[in-house]
Amino acid sequence: MTYLPKPKLHHPGLPKNALGLTHRDYEGAISTLCAGCGHDSISAAIIQACFELDIEPHRIAKLSGIGCSSKTPTYFLGTAHGFNSVHGRMPSVLTGANLANRDLIYLGVSGDGDSASIGLGQFAHCIRRGVDMVYIVENNGVYGLTKGQFSATADKGTKSKKGVVNPDSPIDLVALALLLGATYVGRGFSGDKAQLVPLIKGALRHKGAAFLDVISPCVTFNNHKGSTKSFDFVREHNDAVNRLDVILPQKPITADYEPGEVVEVPQHDGTILRLLKLDADYDPTDRVAAMDYLFEHRARGEIVTGLLYVEPHSTDLHDELGTVATPLNRLAEAELCPGSAALSKINAAHR
Amino acid sequence: MSEIGELRVADRNHQAAVTGMPPTDIEDPRYFHKVVDCQWACPAHTPVPEYIRLIAAGRYADAYMVNWWSNVFPGILGRTCDRPCEPACRRARVEREPVAICRLKRVAADYKDDIRDRLPRPAAVKNGFRVALVGAGPASLTVARDLLPLGYHCVLFDQDRRAGGMIRTQIPRFRLPEEVIDEEVGYILGLEPELRLGERVESLKALLDQGFDAVFVGTGAPKGRDLDVPGRREAAAHVHIGIEWLASVSFGHVKRIAERVVVLGGGNTAMDCCRTARRLGGKEVTVAVRSAFAEMKASPWEIEDALAEDIPILDHLVPLEFLHENGKLTGVRFRKVRTERDALGRRSLVPTGEPDLVIPCDVVLVAIGQEPAFPWIERDIGVAFDRHGLPVVDPLTFRSTHPKVFFGGDAAFGPKNVITAVAHGHEAAISIDLVLRGRDPRDRPPPSTRLTSQKMGLHEWAYDNEVSLEARRRVPHLPRSRALASLEAEVELGFDPEQAWHEAERCLNCDVQTVFTRSLCIECDACVDICPMDCITFTVNGPEAELRGRLKAPARNLDQPLYVSAPLPTGRVMVKDEDVCLHCGLCAERCPTGAWDMQKFLLETARAGCR
Repeated sequence: MTYLPKPKLHHPGLPKNALGLTHRDYEGAISTLCAGCGHDSISAAIIQACFELDIEPHRIAKLSGIGCSSKTPTYFLGTAHGFNSVHGRMPSVLTGANLANRDLIYLGVSGDGDSASIGLGQFAHCIRRGVDMVYIVENNGVYGLTKGQFSATADKGTKSKKGVVNPDSPIDLVALALLLGATYVGRGFSGDKAQLVPLIKGALRHKGAAFLDVISPCVTFNNHKGSTKSFDFVREHNDAVNRLDVILPQKPITADYEPGEVVEVPQHDGTILRLLKLDADYDPTDRVAAMDYLFEHRARGEIVTGLLYVEPHSTDLHDELGTVATPLNRLAEAELCPGSAALSKINAAHR
Repeated sequence: MSEIGELRVADRNHQAAVTGMPPTDIEDPRYFHKVVDCQWACPAHTPVPEYIRLIAAGRYADAYMVNWWSNVFPGILGRTCDRPCEPACRRARVEREPVAICRLKRVAADYKDDIRDRLPRPAAVKNGFRVALVGAGPASLTVARDLLPLGYHCVLFDQDRRAGGMIRTQIPRFRLPEEVIDEEVGYILGLEPELRLGERVESLKALLDQGFDAVFVGTGAPKGRDLDVPGRREAAAHVHIGIEWLASVSFGHVKRIAERVVVLGGGNTAMDCCRTARRLGGKEVTVAVRSAFAEMKASPWEIEDALAEDIPILDHLVPLEFLHENGKLTGVRFRKVRTERDALGRRSLVPTGEPDLVIPCDVVLVAIGQEPAFPWIERDIGVAFDRHGLPVVDPLTFRSTHPKVFFGGDAAFGPKNVITAVAHGHEAAISIDLVLRGRDPRDRPPPSTRLTSQKMGLHEWAYDNEVSLEARRRVPHLPRSRALASLEAEVELGFDPEQAWHEAERCLNCDVQTVFTRSLCIECDACVDICPMDCITFTVNGPEAELRGRLKAPARNLDQPLYVSAPLPTGRVMVKDEDVCLHCGLCAERCPTGAWDMQKFLLETARAGCR
């Protein structure tokens, strides 16, 4: 936590993106989280991803619930749209906003308490409906704002800072998301931006429900020996299945790899997700195999990270509902209420 | 992108690159000293940020004393210094203009209380050694200041009746009031050197024969260069050497000048000549320079002040002839040239082919350079001279080839400036003290350094870490009509306390160092994310040239070092580019483990008598 605002001066040689913006233009207010909080690294990764994708900040709507994680949208993309909703209710608000204006990019930011406890139902339904969004859970396994009680994602047997052992089974949000039909599922680590930034970029370009579980050590309450969400533990048990490169449609593809080393997954907008395999047998387009792999490796005490599943030609809620291409909030009264003649016609169809 | 990705693969395998940069040795005082760009650039290594903070706190006398110990003449230098510190100032690299360091120094001198009881006292016990100081300018006075309190008997010789040397004779009063000179020279005379003023030393041999244990030559560069072109002799009565003319003005021998004046030369002396001429009745004063305007030797601010007094500066003019009629000067004829550079960048002036230019005038002031002169040093007494007529002097000890004779200031290596003369004086005093104590003068005493944590609390530092966004302030000037009406009226009025505070706040506190403790780092990236200047990168090590190219922001300023840690648990190293660090301390505030700390580095150069 810092009292001073970040000075406005910046490095004179800072790169600019296609919009002429530097990454500093994607910042928000100064963070009030604890010094060293993993969440701040995730904010920095979101800033970097939006900068690299040349996204105009006002094209993004950031939504959150309650908790340390849910405070973070204030700390990035200061000129984006934002809504800080009720505890666990971010998914409903996001769904509603998305239905009203399908033109914006929706970024839901939540935590393990917000999504795995009070908002678990909301989380599930939002994912299974295929709302076009990026849903990031900043997962530290504890309730930081209330001084470090275990959250629902804390592993069984994990020790609290005071030495209490967690007796409950954890909720694995990645496994849930796979089960519920998310079309882009990944897991990252706040301490590895080289992996996290491309995962966020891919999610931003993906159509449909993109879910990212980002392990984010709580330096104040959950970064000790006996925790499975500490910097040291995650680094020692990290099993990254692949390395993602997000290639935008207009960018030429240059790097060459041996056959079999790389999987390329095209997205609806022409973006190509190129995955360098770190595990030769891992197929990120096979949902069932992904779940098998996840369970096997979790049983061995490993934390599987990377882009775990992606559906090449995914669809979203609007496709399913057959809504018009124009955002509903831009339709005039005449289009939204076509009049009694149209109503009679609809009623007649039901007779 | 794939570059970073590959690095990550390397991280995973914990492959620290063995061919990378060695960890930075922060124990070496030169490392952190160099980060304090202003102090590093100052010949006397004055701890600039230290006194600027004291000024911001309104502690003017304390700020003055920090200066006084280091550069001896804060009030004089605060008005006249060549300020090598300012082009070096980090502020110019992160914002636009450097902190007005020089004029802040003047603030300390202007607003201090009586500091006399803080000065050293004359030595109670003499040590028996007698040291002759030839020339009572800034170099000799510095030697006297350093040696007198140690008990040396110092004898100051000068041809003029008052001590001060070129400070008194060559710098016009409208830039440096007499009372400032009297005050600061007075502090040294208060240490009770033996004064032999008005006494010109005519023979070094004779001086050595008087049994001095050491002789320091601080006679400056008293010989103004002349211009030997046709008409010089015929018009001699109307052609003056700049520094001699300035001295005559200073002593009151010259009180008027004719209306049309041409000043030849583009250095600071030329600027002083033309501005003085404007005040003595010169109505049409013109400066003519051989080189391009942009290559003039004068400090930019002095050029600015001359231009502001309606003095045109014409460049690319080579004087060919003094025109005269019946022994009366009528003008100067110039050839018009342009600058050309060869493949190696060497400059030559080539005639443009245009007709010559004649500037009509009544008087010419020649300010085209000055040099040391040693007609009083016998060539057979062991003091060797090089082919330029300069003494052979050891640049470390300032000792000549004669074991008892030392040189400093302009007399040692040719004309520089006051602050350089002071720096020479300090070093020569150390050498004289070492030699007379039977030590090897090449075995130099190290500087004293202190590194002190500034942490007071979670978000509290002992320094003001908020970065001011204010632009550099201009020093208020006397209205031109009043300035030109008097030779004595000081043109620059100096900052008032409020302006000084704003200007002092612009200082980035570069002496408050970012100190990294590798063993405490958990590689959480918090410092990387918060750093407003993208100075910090955690990456695999590599050779410097390659590493500089792949940092979070490329480190293109090769003058500025990279601070590199030993390998961290992931195999990476911390690399900090010192170039544009704001010293805001946010990395340390964000660090959950205290791996970063802000520590004030205070370096004081050794002084004579240090043991």
